[in-house]
Amino acid sequence: MDLTEFPAMSRGDMRDFRIAIDQSFREFTRAYGDQLEQMFHPIQVLLNFIEGLLIGGPWIVVLLAIAAVIWALSRSLRIAGGTVIALMLIGYFGMWEDTMRTIAMVSVCTLIAVIIGIPLGILMARSDRANALITPVLDMMQTMPSFVYLIPVVMIFGLGKVPGVIAVVIYALPPIVRLTNLGIRQVPADVLEAAEAFGTDGRQKLIDVQLPLALPTIMAGVNQTIMMSLAMVVVASMIGVRGLGQPVLQAINNQYFTLGVMNGLAIVAIAIIFDRATQAYGRRLQRHLEAEHG
Amino acid sequence: MAEAVHDIEIRNLYKIFGPNAKAHVADVRAGMTKEELKQRHNHVLALDNINMTIRAGKIQVVMGLSGSGKSTLIRHINRLIDPTEGEIIYDGQDITAMSVPELRRFRRERTAMVFQKFALFPHRTVLENTIYGLLVRGVPRREAEERGRRWISRVGLDGFEESYPNQLSGGMQQRVGLARALTNDAEILLMDEAFSALDPLIRTDMQSVLLGLQEELKKTIIFITHDLDEALRLGQNIAILRDGRIVQQGTGEQIVLRPRDDYIANFVRDIRRGHVITVRTIMRKGERADTPLTLPATTLLEEAARAMTNAEVSRANVVSRDGQNLGMITLSKCVAEMIAPDDSEAVDPEVQVA
Repeated sequence: MDLTEFPAMSRGDMRDFRIAIDQSFREFTRAYGDQLEQMFHPIQVLLNFIEGLLIGGPWIVVLLAIAAVIWALSRSLRIAGGTVIALMLIGYFGMWEDTMRTIAMVSVCTLIAVIIGIPLGILMARSDRANALITPVLDMMQTMPSFVYLIPVVMIFGLGKVPGVIAVVIYALPPIVRLTNLGIRQVPADVLEAAEAFGTDGRQKLIDVQLPLALPTIMAGVNQTIMMSLAMVVVASMIGVRGLGQPVLQAINNQYFTLGVMNGLAIVAIAIIFDRATQAYGRRLQRHLEAEHG
Repeated sequence: MAEAVHDIEIRNLYKIFGPNAKAHVADVRAGMTKEELKQRHNHVLALDNINMTIRAGKIQVVMGLSGSGKSTLIRHINRLIDPTEGEIIYDGQDITAMSVPELRRFRRERTAMVFQKFALFPHRTVLENTIYGLLVRGVPRREAEERGRRWISRVGLDGFEESYPNQLSGGMQQRVGLARALTNDAEILLMDEAFSALDPLIRTDMQSVLLGLQEELKKTIIFITHDLDEALRLGQNIAILRDGRIVQQGTGEQIVLRPRDDYIANFVRDIRRGHVITVRTIMRKGERADTPLTLPATTLLEEAARAMTNAEVSRANVVSRDGQNLGMITLSKCVAEMIAPDDSEAVDPEVQVA
């Protein structure tokens, strides 16, 4: 027997196998595509609404509003000031509209990831079985090359914002789920026992003890989710998501070095702003841990 | 104020840790030891046929070294640990048979607990920690805060209401733990090595705080400790636990006077016997001596010996608080008992003088 060649299935079989799966998926898409699109339509509405606000509003108001949000999160004039300067530079270099699109996109994706991710994380923390079931799915979501799940998403939804959001959320969801789970599991056993001893029921324990103590970890998860959403912006632009990703893609295709760098730097700037703001917020949440007895 | 009126009765309580615990209770009943159970079935015997009555309004100390099962025992009273077998009766109800909602109500309204490592909520201020039990129970926040502030003040933490636990020293943190438990205003106070993590001076301090409060609160306190001095200072009754079994129960005086076995004798070896034992326990009951010296029944042996030496007599009559003669005591017996348990005369360590 020839041992140098692996006994793979024959080409004909392989082709039939692929065609069978592709065919049935195509049929599924035809049958349910419209319904699915309807289901996800609210995302499109929300995204359009936020984009409308950011792009349609007077730039100076938008700029101040963003700076105010950043300040509210971080309570740091330095970070808020840095935000203003970064956004002014972005605007000056003509990337205002794309940047606003990206911010809208990242905000919506983060919101969806938080809405799905935190309850999932709580579920995983409370049930070892859920933990065992969901963990491999998260592993897959994190390691599967994003281009692979872009294919079915595009087949169902076509090109546009909604498939972009779905692709980004798939990519950005795992950290918030994992860190919510971790945060809750790391709540010290003695504190939980004390809560038990005072007759706390499950809901009170979750809301008054576990979530507040896990919050800094959960915030780290939100931070990671935002960073990963931003990282996906360029990939998402391949399926028609407008924003800072598209000029980058254009720059790759046409070898426009400056265009690429400028838009790349704008993404970096937004990433830094979001990162510093959420981290500062996370630190503010654990003030009670910092004040150490002398 | 919830003054305790119900005793806690612990009957035939067994706790075995392991996947198949129930099946091994019979083995233990038939005399299998902790070591055998561990070796043959890989189960851990934590509590072995515990029977005790915890008197309402008294401080019951449970003493033992680590691994003796004392922390397991105290957690059965609010069922943080479920027993393998046995019952705990309180106010006509078997705690071990309570449903989940019943148990939750019992924990909320009848018990409060203080922990060795404080177990405060780090994200809540002192005040928020203190009123936790009341909020869980659904007491309106304003009323809860008012009651919380009162107890914070009682444990001497005025001005620290808005501090976070991390900003306080260990002693102060445990005051918060105590305030949190007392604010709950429950009849039963469970204290699991509550002062063990504190340094000696602060520990003595906290013991005084507790004794002072108890004088007026009259709660049923179950106090776990590994420290005999602490046990003798606090406990109106002491149970000594070893390998999950109660080896001796009684007042501190009874235990020091007649330690039941070598294990306990070892424990009490360094205790100044003359400083714990009173004349009433070693007197010859009913006898009267021809001596000018009379001593109250609660006189410590050290004081009695000094009094007899000073008066240059070798005998003294023991009298009750109202002056009635109860018996008499000799100097030699007094000195002998100060040194070691002495069986030259029959003593009745069960004697109780009102």
